[in-house]
Amino acid sequence: MSQATLRIQKMSGHAGSVPGHDGQREFTVCKLIDTTTCIGCKACEVACMEWNDLPFGETVFDNTYQTMPETRWNYWNLILFNEHEKEDGSLMWLMRKNQCMHCAEPGCLAACPADGAIVQYTNGVVDFQQDHCIGCGYCITGCPFDIPKMNPKTNRVFKCTLCADRVSESLEPACIKSCPTGCLHFGSKDDMKDLAEKRAKQLRDDYGFANAGVYDPPGVGGTGVIYVLHDATQPELYGGLPSNPKIPLSVKLWKHPLKWLGNLAIAGGLIGLFVHYLRFGPKAREEEDIRPFGGQQ
Amino acid sequence: MTTHPEQLTPHGHVLRYTLKERLTHWVAAGSYLYLLATGLAFWSPWLFWMAWLLGGGQISRMLHPWVGLIFVVAVTDMFVMWWRQMEFTAVDRAWWKSLNYYITNQDEKMPPAGRYNAGQKLLFWSFFFAGWVLLLSGLVLWFSDRLPWSWRWLRYAAVLIHPIAALVSIANFMIHIYMGVFAERGAFGSVIRGDVSLAFAKRYHPGWYEEIVGSSDPPK
Repeated sequence: MSQATLRIQKMSGHAGSVPGHDGQREFTVCKLIDTTTCIGCKACEVACMEWNDLPFGETVFDNTYQTMPETRWNYWNLILFNEHEKEDGSLMWLMRKNQCMHCAEPGCLAACPADGAIVQYTNGVVDFQQDHCIGCGYCITGCPFDIPKMNPKTNRVFKCTLCADRVSESLEPACIKSCPTGCLHFGSKDDMKDLAEKRAKQLRDDYGFANAGVYDPPGVGGTGVIYVLHDATQPELYGGLPSNPKIPLSVKLWKHPLKWLGNLAIAGGLIGLFVHYLRFGPKAREEEDIRPFGGQQ
Repeated sequence: MTTHPEQLTPHGHVLRYTLKERLTHWVAAGSYLYLLATGLAFWSPWLFWMAWLLGGGQISRMLHPWVGLIFVVAVTDMFVMWWRQMEFTAVDRAWWKSLNYYITNQDEKMPPAGRYNAGQKLLFWSFFFAGWVLLLSGLVLWFSDRLPWSWRWLRYAAVLIHPIAALVSIANFMIHIYMGVFAERGAFGSVIRGDVSLAFAKRYHPGWYEEIVGSSDPPK
């Protein structure tokens, strides 16, 4: 979704400089999800579908409250329901609203070969530009959160935009707007981090969640979506939230050392062959081609 | 006395590649060139313009795997035609030891190569295996959006293996073009018209020349 009022600071598959890089004073935006006050009402799922005008698909019933097993190209916001057994044998729900995390260092963007198909605006929002997407699916490989999803009909990849269109007009994302419990907040990264830490401290001090904490994984440079978790030491319990997400090592090796070594090898090979030809020339001249060695007849 | 007179063509030439061999070569060559251009477009932003030249990124991404299938079929057909001739022999071991003479164009000092010299054999096997590795890793990349999350290690492996195999094939390709078009005059024509001069056969493939002509004497 191209947003004229949003400048771009990072761009996929792009040779040359990026227009908005190093030229902004806009603060980084952030969505805060307090999993401890989520009641699983799915208002955010509906609001996302509505605002983004996503076509309806069939839901999948798997004996839980969960709408479907995972997000889809046309379902960007999904609450994951996890029934957790506590140490004392009692049960509790761990409900986590899952969507794009808007990483500061996005693996999707690093892996994408198409010029400008994935961008990061100066406010931190990571957005797919479907008109530039070539459908290779490398972003799916680059993402440590399993978020980008391919539309099989158009071969283009979709995900949560953090309602970049709303945010660029100073509105909060649709999911935030719809949340009835106030477990969703939106603001600057600093403010949200502050609020999250306060809430985590409250959970630790007043509610007996000794391991409560904030999920803002440093492995991807921090995220534009942060969580307050009852138990920040075990994010995996929340539907497989990775405890230390990173851009996959093979993607990094491919995009950095391999690419430059490969380019050097190709350039070196071309130069080497050219110099060889200048030095030694062809093995035999055309006129020798019809005569044997030494010009004997 | 020639032992394979049927391979001798007019004007002191000898048939080197049959029509089927040439057709297979050009199917492989054409598909490889397309794969190279589109693959390099996906490899580097500096070369993405090649995808635009070939109809755009979407079309390139859509056709690249299908053309890849054509390439692997052609390479596998070459395997069926040539694998016996591509087995390494004692002459090949001696050939490698004399590689320096080959590189410095002192071909008269080289051990007598057969229809294919050791370098050509290595090129063949290198292209063949690179082709299959590209196909297998390429299948993962082709359908990477259908792989379940628990199989993501396959995607991680494929994004690294595919370009490595491609780089190997590019090294092969550059040497192949250099040898066939620039270094060995007559080689490029042979894969189009099919024949080479007897002098060419004697100079570069003395073992093969002897097999056909039945004597190691220079061609008359």
